[in-house]
Amino acid sequence: MKVTFPHMGHIYIPLRAFFTALGVEVVVPPPVSRETLSLGTRYAPEFACLPLKVNVGNFLEAARKGADTVVMAGGVGPCRFGYYAQVEQEILRDLGVNLRMVVLEPPQGHWRELWQGLRDITGGAGLREIWRAGRLAWRKLTVLDELEHEVHRARAQEGERGATTRAWQRILDQVDEAGSVPEVEEAARRGKVLLKALPRREGEAPLRIGIVGEIYTVLEPAVNLELERVLGEMGAIVERSIYLSDWVKTNLVLHSLHLRDDREEYRLAAPYLGHFVGGHGLESISWTVRYARAGFDGVIQLAPLTCMPEIVAESILPKVSRDVGIPVLTFMLDEHASEVGVRTRLEAFCDLLCARRRQKEGGTAFAGVSRH
Amino acid sequence: MQAYLGIDVGSVSTNLVLLDEGGEVLTSLYLRTRGNPIRAVQEGLACVEREIPARLSIAGVGTTGSGRQLAAAMVGADAVKNEITAHAVAALSQVPAVQTVLEIGGQDSKIIILRHGVVVDFAMNTVCAAGTGSFLDRQAARLGVPIEEFGGLAVKAANPVRIAGRCAVFAESDMIHKQQLGHPVEDIVAGLCQALVRNYLNNVAKGKEIRSPILFQGGVAANVGMRRAFEEALGRAVTVPAHHAVMGALGAAQLARRAVADGSPSRFQGFDVSRWRFQVASRSCSGCANQCEVVEIRAGDRVLARWGDRCGRWSLTGEAAGR
Repeated sequence: MKVTFPHMGHIYIPLRAFFTALGVEVVVPPPVSRETLSLGTRYAPEFACLPLKVNVGNFLEAARKGADTVVMAGGVGPCRFGYYAQVEQEILRDLGVNLRMVVLEPPQGHWRELWQGLRDITGGAGLREIWRAGRLAWRKLTVLDELEHEVHRARAQEGERGATTRAWQRILDQVDEAGSVPEVEEAARRGKVLLKALPRREGEAPLRIGIVGEIYTVLEPAVNLELERVLGEMGAIVERSIYLSDWVKTNLVLHSLHLRDDREEYRLAAPYLGHFVGGHGLESISWTVRYARAGFDGVIQLAPLTCMPEIVAESILPKVSRDVGIPVLTFMLDEHASEVGVRTRLEAFCDLLCARRRQKEGGTAFAGVSRH
Repeated sequence: MQAYLGIDVGSVSTNLVLLDEGGEVLTSLYLRTRGNPIRAVQEGLACVEREIPARLSIAGVGTTGSGRQLAAAMVGADAVKNEITAHAVAALSQVPAVQTVLEIGGQDSKIIILRHGVVVDFAMNTVCAAGTGSFLDRQAARLGVPIEEFGGLAVKAANPVRIAGRCAVFAESDMIHKQQLGHPVEDIVAGLCQALVRNYLNNVAKGKEIRSPILFQGGVAANVGMRRAFEEALGRAVTVPAHHAVMGALGAAQLARRAVADGSPSRFQGFDVSRWRFQVASRSCSGCANQCEVVEIRAGDRVLARWGDRCGRWSLTGEAAGR
């Protein structure tokens, strides 16, 4: 059996570690590219959202590389993601592509199904083995999330353009290659040293921009047109409302044990939105409030075109923005999004934030001149 | 005497503006890009060179528009800015109290919201309301009316026809349909202007608080029918600034003026640029899995700039375009 899974940011690293540790052969799909997108858009329904199209592209490319089994997450709630795995399965079947799909649903108390799914893939691995593989994968995931925070800081002040991105790629590869928890710790230590050693540029304090929105478009750089890198190179520090490790913690672990505490999310969003709307719609609202209170300069909302939870949030955000005094820019992304168009808007947004900051500080506000 | 040059390279038009030391417009130029931005910039430079007095020296150059990077590499720009900021800067220089800028160019349309002289919000067309200028051009040609007279025709309309204007394709087929029913051309043209304004307000300006003073900029602002349709839809006066068609270039020149305000020398390569031979080549980098398309612009055997790579390995925007 050769297992593959969809790309989403650097999730391929912990997933590869997990399955490899259980003795399953893994085929990581090629990085999301134009080719992935064109495959996905050719075979997926036009009005499906971008994640589904990219998933299909990933699976077809992985099949070319010899994968025969797909591990796909399921979902619950009003977001369409809940039936993606089934739709994708049908698409693959219609194409006559020989891929078996194993869907892992968030357990929500139904542990047996998840357990059965894992045993299916691993050919009956024991609890102990799964625990050990899970521990390695989890450590890789948390280490990468920790380091990515630093990458965002370093990039906004890098002395040599592109140096941080190259260092980050090296760190990703080293963590990917680590075969045990101590090796992961060692890779993380070296990664921190590498980032600290990068030459920094002196100057004014960088802008701080919070990213909110739908998890897939927030986490997958190939579909958000490398928004975090582009903003970083313009001299802005980005922080995301969603990191994979937090998501796994709240959704897979705490939620299943009925320990998830989202009172804070609900409290902050309450004046604008009083209930769950699926996906991360509610979080987009509450995180915008949170970023404003934390003194961020601006917020960017990311979502795939036609994403219902985020459309709800989008229509509410102008009011939130006025009330808490933070500019918000929304990108609804699909296969037609152009890199140049996104860049123009990001530059203008940074100019706007710079000018605002300068005016607040009592300076002359001609129009901000940011670094790009 | 010193002057500042602004160049706005758009998909449809390439505009140049020359400002004097006091920020007044000395020369402005509106050219068609015709799919060849390099030639358009060169033609523009040659024109400006012919028009200016010999004792004038260029103290700063700014570029904007979708071709800003290319133009910056060609001429050696001191400021490279996106068209949203450039338009805002230009609007503020004409009407310092401006609170709303409506801009419709050949291919793009945008709205900019300003408060107390600072941009606080903006939006640009995504799919809908793109190409309004080009669409008006085409309809004028189809009806056999010169584009300059097209707007004037709309103002003469007695009973504007309602045109379904969700997008250009629907608008055109609906226009033809109304024509076949025998409606007078001026009523159809007026209806078309209303439809385009409706479409702009619903798709680009949606959710934005439009306050006066309102400036209407871009090539389409020359069309009095469009201006009137805006005033009717908004119920407020809309001002079309004198240099409405070249506001992007005007803003770029202002930004250039600011960029060299600290006394730094301009990077302008001189008007000889209009006689240089430029070559642009692109290739796919195979350094990693990203497969970036790296674009390189050369003048003779000198590499002026490279861009397009994600990792920065090839990027060489140098001092020429790095600001």
